[in-house]
Amino acid sequence: MSQPTLVIGNVNWFRYASPQAFYPLAGAMIPWFAWVAAACALAGLYVGFFVAPTDFQQGESYRIIFIHVAAAWMSMFIYLVMAFWSGVGLVFNTRLSHMMASALAPTGALFTFIALWTGSLWGRPTWGTWWAWDARLTSELILLFLYFGYLALAAAIEEPRRADRACAVLALVGAVNVPIIYFSVKWWNTLHQGASVSLTSAPTMAATMFTGMILMAIAAWTYSIAAALHRVRSIILERERGADWVTQLDRGGRL
Amino acid sequence: MNWAIGSDFLAMGGYALYVWGSYGVATGLIVVEIILLKSRRSAALAQSGARSMGGRS
Repeated sequence: MSQPTLVIGNVNWFRYASPQAFYPLAGAMIPWFAWVAAACALAGLYVGFFVAPTDFQQGESYRIIFIHVAAAWMSMFIYLVMAFWSGVGLVFNTRLSHMMASALAPTGALFTFIALWTGSLWGRPTWGTWWAWDARLTSELILLFLYFGYLALAAAIEEPRRADRACAVLALVGAVNVPIIYFSVKWWNTLHQGASVSLTSAPTMAATMFTGMILMAIAAWTYSIAAALHRVRSIILERERGADWVTQLDRGGRL
Repeated sequence: MNWAIGSDFLAMGGYALYVWGSYGVATGLIVVEIILLKSRRSAALAQSGARSMGGRS
């Protein structure tokens, strides 16, 4: 089977669609993303706990925002990226795209759980309840079940290529839920507040709070990239066992 | 700076359970994910017979 090609500026960009070419590239990128994640997390926590002022209504309980919002954004965004790679995998039949999608799922599930958990701990002092069947909370819970369903489906199907296609379809269908989560606070009358930060208007919060939130969001992004690249390298090794290039890298001590 | 590190900081204005419960569990889960990532890589390397893992040479 001939490889698909996409030549722009004398570089065939599909070269990196092969696990063999991507494996060392991913390995080289991981430390950079990991260090940026660690630095931004430390800076974000410093700003969040020591610089941002106490909220006049919520007192110190609002400081949960710095982890809650970063995790909630990430939970939705990772799902969209997963659906994107699933779609690419289905259309171009590129194995690496499917591997990338499945490498993202556990990290997406992690951030979804953190968003729900911290939301619950924030809801108790501010709304007086740990949980409500509110549109925002319910759709985020469905997101967690979509991630779990994806992981269970991947684990249940023995043959990797079949598992890839089944999971890709689930990821694409489930993507409908993401805009529902995002716009739920507009479409329905929810207990959950509307967005404090959007692309179309200035943030409705103190500048230092906003800085802390953005730093934590960058930390969540770069952590997720590092984690997914790390996991996809393991998936490549698991699936390419016995391939010549794996043996060659191993001989050179570069696996 | 709003407070000296100490009991005031830990008390979080009476919201210690909620604030530290959030950050503690989130940090713990991220640490668990990092451990799982590393153990999956070790297993994948061992299965590929990697030299560094003491597999076949």
